[in-house]
Amino acid sequence: MKHVNLGRRHWLGAGAALAATSLAGCAGLSGGPSIGRVVVVGGGYGGATAARYLKLWGGNVDVTLVERNADFVSCPISNLVLGGYKQMSDITRGYGGLKSVGVKVVQGDVTAIDVAGKKLRLAGGGEIAYDRLVLSPGIDFMADQVGGLQPALDSGRVLHGWKAGPQTVALRKQIEAMPDGGVFAMFIPKAPYRCPPGPYERACVVASYLKTAKPKSKVLVLDANPEITSKKGLFEKAFKDHYTGILEYRPNAELKELSGNVGKLEFEDVRADVLNVIPPQRAGDLARSAGLLNINNRWVGVNWLTMESTAAPGVHVLGDATFPAPLMPKSGHMANQHAKVAAAAIIQLLKGEAVNATPVVMNTCYSFVTGRDAMHVASVHQYDDKDKTFKTVPGSGGVSVAANQIEARYALSWAENIWADSLAL
Amino acid sequence: MHRLLRRSSVLIGLLACAGLAQAQNAHLARNLAATCANCHGTNGHARGDMKPLAGVSAEKIVAMLADFKSGNQPATIMHQISKGYTDEQIKLLAAFFAAQPASK
Repeated sequence: MKHVNLGRRHWLGAGAALAATSLAGCAGLSGGPSIGRVVVVGGGYGGATAARYLKLWGGNVDVTLVERNADFVSCPISNLVLGGYKQMSDITRGYGGLKSVGVKVVQGDVTAIDVAGKKLRLAGGGEIAYDRLVLSPGIDFMADQVGGLQPALDSGRVLHGWKAGPQTVALRKQIEAMPDGGVFAMFIPKAPYRCPPGPYERACVVASYLKTAKPKSKVLVLDANPEITSKKGLFEKAFKDHYTGILEYRPNAELKELSGNVGKLEFEDVRADVLNVIPPQRAGDLARSAGLLNINNRWVGVNWLTMESTAAPGVHVLGDATFPAPLMPKSGHMANQHAKVAAAAIIQLLKGEAVNATPVVMNTCYSFVTGRDAMHVASVHQYDDKDKTFKTVPGSGGVSVAANQIEARYALSWAENIWADSLAL
Repeated sequence: MHRLLRRSSVLIGLLACAGLAQAQNAHLARNLAATCANCHGTNGHARGDMKPLAGVSAEKIVAMLADFKSGNQPATIMHQISKGYTDEQIKLLAAFFAAQPASK
């Protein structure tokens, strides 16, 4: 390699030229120098949308997205993979769209956040400094609440399938390998948990698969809650209309302990061929290690005008990790909406301007009850200045009259549109 | 002279206020429209079976949402969602979508 000896003056000169070039580059791109550096951690529905909308609305904001996985894998629609109605490729999308709109995408794990010093550390030793931080850490599990659960999860013998990805693939394999006449037992934790209707949708589509592929099999739904927590009447109708004799639903059936192929409830042992345990949940590990779990030592309290953590100024938290406003579900759709409130607020805060005092968020969750019939629940939440929270609008929102094929088409179109909106596809 | 100065400074103040209010309304319209994007696409450029809103006239969007609200237009879901927005909010988001280039 040819060694070029440059004096100090040359270095400075080169540096100055480089700075001028990058400033000009910024100016050419979006009309001025950068207004600040925002780092987004977590590239799910919340984080991806925040990165995308910071660029869309802020333009000259430096946005870095740190995500541990190479691709985005959607939890919504992933139950259809378990039922064999969709493939992993149908629910997997890349981060190329975000890169193309100017987001710097870093694949890696964040090991520490220095809130006071406004920087974070990556596994491998790198550091990234920021002016504002967005955390969209999703959920992690409180496996210690069920005896024997952690080792069962660690061994891969028991799967949760509550984060789409390798768990989805492995759970599908367990269902496919189940003998005809086998039992698929699903354990639902007490609310709040990610995606309220998700467990009941899963019970339906797994039952739908077994009904044709292994007709002597059973689906046992063991719910720690006193009743179905979302779209109750519609799911009860689906259980009765489609899965009588196949699917059995039991409320107030909290899993206490796991032992081999047996799930122990308070008064009963349940033996099954496939045990699918959805564990009790809290905000993601990253929020916990950053000291943000200031509600029930479980969730992150936020200022709903900015999505800023009430525990750490300058740190905006999105999605399932937040302690929700009344009747606000933990959903990918809602995380996308949180992200837009945060993106708008962060841009104005970086500019020293007032933030929107009247934000609105809304939610739509579609659930499949067979491979081809779906239904929805929807809600609209307006900010209430007096109580400093979002409240649903009386008379708005609601559920489908009945599950049908038209709504199944809308459900898949919803997915296509929200993936494009969140990931700049 | 003094009165003239005072009058013009009031005028400048009013203009500045109008400018600020307009910018705030523009942000508000943009933010409201973004709540529709999950289904209707970013800036109203929808895909698949969803209705594109980009480039649709504000009058048409306002009328459609009014019909959903009143029940004149049957729907699977929009009769429930439209009732969550005030008429003023609907006017703002309709104007935003109308100003977007139409979907190709």
